[in-house]
Amino acid sequence: MLRSILTFAAAFAALLASPLSAQDFPELSGRVVDAANIIDEAAEAELTQKLEALETQSQRQLVIATVPDLQGYDISDYGYQLGRAWGIGDAERNDGALLIVAPNERKVRIEVGYGLEGYLTDALSSLIIQNAILPQARAGDLQAGIVAGTDAIITQLQLPEDQARLIAAEAGEKREGKRGIPFGFFLAVAFVFFFFILPMIRRGRRRRYRGKGRDFGDTVGDIILWEVGSAIVRGALSGGDDWGGGGGGFGGGFGGGFSGGGGSFGGGGASGGW
Amino acid sequence: MSLVSSIRNLAIAAGLALSLSACGINSVPAAEENAKAKWADVEAQFQRRSNLIPNLAEVAQGAAENERAILTEVTEARARATSINVTADDLGDGAKMQEFAAAQGQISQGIGRLLASFEAYPQITSTQGFITLQSQLEGTENRIAVAIRDYNEAVRQYNTTIRTFPDTIGANIIHGAEPLEPYTAVTEGAEVAPELDLTSN
Repeated sequence: MLRSILTFAAAFAALLASPLSAQDFPELSGRVVDAANIIDEAAEAELTQKLEALETQSQRQLVIATVPDLQGYDISDYGYQLGRAWGIGDAERNDGALLIVAPNERKVRIEVGYGLEGYLTDALSSLIIQNAILPQARAGDLQAGIVAGTDAIITQLQLPEDQARLIAAEAGEKREGKRGIPFGFFLAVAFVFFFFILPMIRRGRRRRYRGKGRDFGDTVGDIILWEVGSAIVRGALSGGDDWGGGGGGFGGGFGGGFSGGGGSFGGGGASGGW
Repeated sequence: MSLVSSIRNLAIAAGLALSLSACGINSVPAAEENAKAKWADVEAQFQRRSNLIPNLAEVAQGAAENERAILTEVTEARARATSINVTADDLGDGAKMQEFAAAQGQISQGIGRLLASFEAYPQITSTQGFITLQSQLEGTENRIAVAIRDYNEAVRQYNTTIRTFPDTIGANIIHGAEPLEPYTAVTEGAEVAPELDLTSN
């Protein structure tokens, strides 16, 4: 009996399980993920520093990834899924970008998040690949190509001084605001009070005069109240998140604590090969 | 006493509400809206490509008769494609979706052929304008592919939702939900291997 229940549960779980993603991606170990091992350590440290400076200045995340194997996928296909899997860029602004190099397939791609498509356009990405990366790669110095390409992307993604200061100030405000109790919390408490505690008290009183007996209308009323209340609480709580800022993406300064902010990609960018 | 019983009633009400919301009242429209939003993305990307086509004419000016003929085909295919409009309400209409896909497929094919035949003209392909346009077209094709894949995934989720227990209860009784059509790219003659003409002309 127990076994059949277990079997059933296992089968049910298998039904519920979402299909696993087809590719396995390298781990997001930092701003430079050199899985194909083509960048030496000094250059890697220097690149990491530049990328970190870019994020502090503009809050935009750029990650360099070298992959030993595209697993048979087209690099543009692989690229956007890698970006989504890592969640590069902020979840609200989707302002992440990737420079992907596949040395064994001799392919390179700049993958651009939704929010940056207007800044780092397909045409510009293509020009950076054609002019900065490919000539060096063809000459056999892939690392120099990656450094030159990264510099070109950073120049494009950096914000003008005034805008950068504005954003930094806003980010500071957000972090300040996070310390106080969020407004949404008060909303939630207020609605729990008005919709659950008050009716309960009032009903308790009313019943003294009416004696026992609980009709169907009351139960329906409870259901409706519950639905309304929980919807409002849900809305208030998820609204509360907005006050907290986008989360991820600020962890870069602590060495190794780098993570994506949940940004998404839609296939913007350009590819090239040598 | 009355407090205890009202708490019990509240618990029953909560249970009822939970079982109600678990049978698809909320999840079915949510999945449907998601699929519709993903379709809007697909349309936006096709529109983006459509907007790039006039730029092809400029590039083709320096090319020969052959390229201009292909360009005319592309422009005609574009005109046909703009006349077929699949709105969010037509997403369950398989025939219309196929018509739309066929029209868009013709544009894809035409653009592909045109770009390939430009390769014979170094004076065109070396210009900044051409490189820009080519990367824009490639990027757009790529975005179309991503948008379509996202749409198909959303449709798959929606169709699964309305056919599986317990959401299927709400889907059938309350929403009367119909399955949506995934986008299948149809390229005419894609199943036939192309014949290569290796004789020099």
